Amino acid sequence: MSRMARSRYDGVEITSKELKAQKYKIFPFTARFNYDWSTGEAVGRFLAELKEGRIIGRRCSRCGRILVPPRMFCEEDFRPTDEWIYVKDHGTIKTYSVSYLNADASRAEKPTVVAVIALDGASEGMGFLHLLEEVAPGKVEIGMRVKARWKPKAQRRGAITDIASFVPEVS
Amino acid sequence: MRRRVAVIGAGMTLFRRRLLETGKELSFEASRAALDSAGVELKDVDSVVMGTAPEAFDGVHMKGEYLLDGAGGVGRPYTRVYVGGGTGVFIPIAAYWHVASGLSDVCLAVGEEKMSSVYPHPQGAFNSIFDQQLERPLGVNLVWIFALEMRRYMHKYGIKEEEIAEVAVKNKGNALAHPCAQLAAKITVEDVMKSEPMVWPVKRLDISPPSDGAAAIVVASEEVAKKLTPSPVWIDGVGWNIDSTYWTDRELAYPLYLEKAAKMAYKMAGISNPRKEIDVAEAYDPFDYKELHHLEGLQLAGKGEAARMTAEGITQRNGELPVNPSGGLLGVGNPIAAAGMMKICELFWQLRGEAGKRQVKKDARTGVAQAWGDLMQFSSVVVMRSS
Amino acid sequence: MVPSRHFPVLPRQSIWEQIPMNDGIAIIGFGYSGFARATRSKSYKELMFEAASNAYSDADIDVRKDVGSFVCCEEDLWEGTSIADEYVPDQIGAALRPTCTVTNDGLGGLATAFMQIRSGLADVVVVEAHSKLSDVSSKDDVARFAYDPVFARDLASDPLMLAGLEMNRFLHESGNDREACADVASLNMANGLSNERASYGGRSTPAEVLSSETLAFPLTALETSRPADACLVFVISSDRLAKASKNQPVWIRGIGWASSTPWIQSMDMAHAAYARLSSAVAYRMAGLAEPKADLYEVDDTFAYKELQHLEAIGVCGEGTSGKMIRKGCFSPDGDIPVNVSGGSLGVGHLVEASGLHRAMEACIQLRGQAGRMQIKGARSAIVQAWRGLPTSSGAVAVLEAE
Repeated sequence: MSRMARSRYDGVEITSKELKAQKYKIFPFTARFNYDWSTGEAVGRFLAELKEGRIIGRRCSRCGRILVPPRMFCEEDFRPTDEWIYVKDHGTIKTYSVSYLNADASRAEKPTVVAVIALDGASEGMGFLHLLEEVAPGKVEIGMRVKARWKPKAQRRGAITDIASFVPEVS
Repeated sequence: MRRRVAVIGAGMTLFRRRLLETGKELSFEASRAALDSAGVELKDVDSVVMGTAPEAFDGVHMKGEYLLDGAGGVGRPYTRVYVGGGTGVFIPIAAYWHVASGLSDVCLAVGEEKMSSVYPHPQGAFNSIFDQQLERPLGVNLVWIFALEMRRYMHKYGIKEEEIAEVAVKNKGNALAHPCAQLAAKITVEDVMKSEPMVWPVKRLDISPPSDGAAAIVVASEEVAKKLTPSPVWIDGVGWNIDSTYWTDRELAYPLYLEKAAKMAYKMAGISNPRKEIDVAEAYDPFDYKELHHLEGLQLAGKGEAARMTAEGITQRNGELPVNPSGGLLGVGNPIAAAGMMKICELFWQLRGEAGKRQVKKDARTGVAQAWGDLMQFSSVVVMRSS
Repeated sequence: MVPSRHFPVLPRQSIWEQIPMNDGIAIIGFGYSGFARATRSKSYKELMFEAASNAYSDADIDVRKDVGSFVCCEEDLWEGTSIADEYVPDQIGAALRPTCTVTNDGLGGLATAFMQIRSGLADVVVVEAHSKLSDVSSKDDVARFAYDPVFARDLASDPLMLAGLEMNRFLHESGNDREACADVASLNMANGLSNERASYGGRSTPAEVLSSETLAFPLTALETSRPADACLVFVISSDRLAKASKNQPVWIRGIGWASSTPWIQSMDMAHAAYARLSSAVAYRMAGLAEPKADLYEVDDTFAYKELQHLEAIGVCGEGTSGKMIRKGCFSPDGDIPVNVSGGSLGVGHLVEASGLHRAMEACIQLRGQAGRMQIKGARSAIVQAWRGLPTSSGAVAVLEAE
């Protein structure tokens, strides 16, 4: 029995040309699943506060960290977190990227800038992901100061999109 | 009570954007090739470990169950393990404990992925990996977040896109010698820099493709291995680690979880100076910057130093520490769980001197393979040694 | 006798090693949360944190220092998240620790922990599984999605159809009757009344069970377990820590898991081969000449499954389980107490957490902490789990108190 790697490898390739020409039978199926995730205490409160135009975190009194997004447990100390603490709706860009893709991988007409924003008032580096607007992609920098642009109160539903995006903080 | 465990056979299919074979058939083809390579039949196999990433690709709930007949699981203990992109190098770790525990003498370990089933593009299936309330409503795209990590890494250590692009050039070039490779090509740094931005700073040639494919190994106890082959490849060290879900709170420039996984594996393998003691490395490279990021986490390069190492030619196939002589994911393809297994197969062949045109120049006796997954969160590491 | 083509060669001698007493692996603690029809006020993360906190307190360990590995048992589509293991670490103390997911029932998770400890990879392993089915609005769509997309899914507009087919074939070949299945449902729901964790405890006579709505002939509604939410966390250790534990350790004397074919068209519907195979491994490992224990927790996702599983794991001879339940053998005060906890029919179905839940009910008994459910002098238990439709996969564990 040969111990060497095979000289022939299995696999019948389908080229995109053959795919378009429908050379092989395709069996389509569309799936749709609905979930209604309980937001629970932490995320529930976080979203409720977003509706009020505020960002809230949780503090662990042992390590002293103020955690955003808030959670009812501290993962480092493995104990319940202790109190709710409001943090600011402005902060600093930790990192960013510029997307030229739609969700289905097709090319987008205009680029989307996304960033991880560390929020003032939370522990260092604590923050969340959001969209960045009103700045040219080439002008974005790590360390840039940004602030939340909220939707009008009437349009806020208790969702992360109650913040429309973050924009540069003009001093 | 721990027994020594060896890889005694390996096999894989072609990696392509679209293969005709079903997931079951891909699993079978890779398993059959691995069994042939080991010189054993399915009846000799005590247990099977399967690894395959999200259900969202194959379009079957509990897809481990669906695939099991293709992977030889009928009538025997069969388990699917799942740690996102880290699965491919976690499969052999699970196979390791099946045998080291004494519960099996021979274990077949298979990695399968069929991403082509998703229309119009596998990209869309990834939306469901993100936080239900805090991220999905933003329309988040998988490449966004890796681009965020790449940007942070570049910023922290002052690494330029051109330096990173060298990895894509190296790996796609290495893949020209891999018979299963999907995207082998001779390209230049300029080609990479000119390729269209997908999510800047990630450009088209910085990224590995979605793929179909499967790869498998046969793992055996020392006693059985020595009966079947004069050159078993020992699994001497295994390690794995996961970081906090809250990736936006973490420092993305350095994979601390990988450092811990690597140290766990090195400790088990009795390696105290990995940079000197590792002869060849297969580091997970779904993006070119990841190879650099991972070399640092693997303790094979100082923080921020991997780009310089690459520029100096150290990681070339004929270099001092060849990295991804297979061609990696960038060159061979990225059918997620199978890609990690491809790296294990590569180490198996390299450490036995059976890698043909891909064989590294130096005398390779100790190799490390690594995979990465979840929300930039998990790594699996395996150290292998020739006899 | 079932044709041997369905059961290729049983695992070889290596699996038959008996585990000597001084090399044992034990459950040294466990905790749970939920056990309700729905737990809407807590997120799944908060349920997990609660169960984990209870488990580590019960085991008297510092999770951040003492635990070497974490194993979670879950399926993406029950979570509604791809790569669901991304979301487990923080709330169970696993951040920056070795952690993995097995897509298997909780008993499969116990088997994984068992192997990790025996391999020397960790001394203490945490196993977690949960059901948050109340978050899943389209359960039927998810269940249907498990069927083979080309050969079976179109037939499964009602995903329970396979249960009807299986039940019919099982009754036909075994000679058990529908009344026996109704007895199972009636008994398990009545047992549930004594279990504070049960969401579906109740008094329904066998006649009421038989006349409840037919879901997939001959399966009726009251013979079909209903969803519940719960999270379970176990702490498993090698004998070193087990000996020092403040709790009565429950030893995992034997554990086995196996799969038959996933093809519903050719699966042996009458006999649960996966249960037979996995029990053979577990018994041999435990040194059990025959499957005798003080109590049995077996899968009863559907009432007929309890009878099928009891026969498959050798607790009853083929075709005898129906007569035995009629005689009262499976009652809490009978010779063969089965599903004293109420089973899935009484407690609720917990998807991947089912096997772990039954193991916990067994542990509570073996520790003598089962209150009004207590089987006097219970020292050993056999626990069996099934992965549910449309699979032929399951596991068996043999548990024993010192």
